[in-house]
Amino acid sequence: MGVKPDIRVQQEDFDIRKEIDLMSGGKSDIGAVVTFTGLCRDEKGALEALELEHYPGMAESEMRRIAEEACERWPLDAVTAIHRYGRIAPGENIVLVIAASRHRQAAFDGAAFLMDFMKSRAPFWKREIKIDGSTGSWVDARDTDEDAMKRWQ
Amino acid sequence: MIKLVYFAWIRERIGKSEETIDLPDGVVTVSDLIDHLRTRGEEYALALETPEVIHVAINQEHSQHGDALGDAREVALFPPMTGG
Repeated sequence: MGVKPDIRVQQEDFDIRKEIDLMSGGKSDIGAVVTFTGLCRDEKGALEALELEHYPGMAESEMRRIAEEACERWPLDAVTAIHRYGRIAPGENIVLVIAASRHRQAAFDGAAFLMDFMKSRAPFWKREIKIDGSTGSWVDARDTDEDAMKRWQ
Repeated sequence: MIKLVYFAWIRERIGKSEETIDLPDGVVTVSDLIDHLRTRGEEYALALETPEVIHVAINQEHSQHGDALGDAREVALFPPMTGG
């Protein structure tokens, strides 16, 4: 084993291609790379941006715990998880998960597991900022997100 | 003394992001702490009016309402997470 997940919580955007190169650079035994990118989605043109709040320290440690559990469940060769915070406009990136493995199914499952757990366990909260500049409501957690996590238990 | 930190709409309703308080005798579990905080004023009562939706982390690890606070240094209260 000895996979060390690359975990980052940052304001800056990320570049998927660069992140894949970074994780697979120099390795010739990876057969599959699965990436998931979560974007800020505009709802009917009413959204100026999302403001993402996080719990500094715990956000990173919780993402690391989730990534380490994924590495125990599947034969992953590398894992990257990046979550942004701050103001994020529609169409911009919010989150990136990359799981690499010798095997396709392990990479798919590892990436899905990471996202399902991050959505319900990593301490981040979203609030809407409306196009007229007013502060909208906090985004509600969805039961389907909780269900998605439970399918792995 | 224990450091309390609040996030998202709990932080907004209470009106501060963190504070340090003395724990009264008899406040042993997370649930006791939430009950105690609700007596501290209207803003706390409003923020914590539905305790069952409040998530708690002790020393930055997810915890249950029945868990003992022990010698916790930092307890966070926050709504269900909506990242990703």
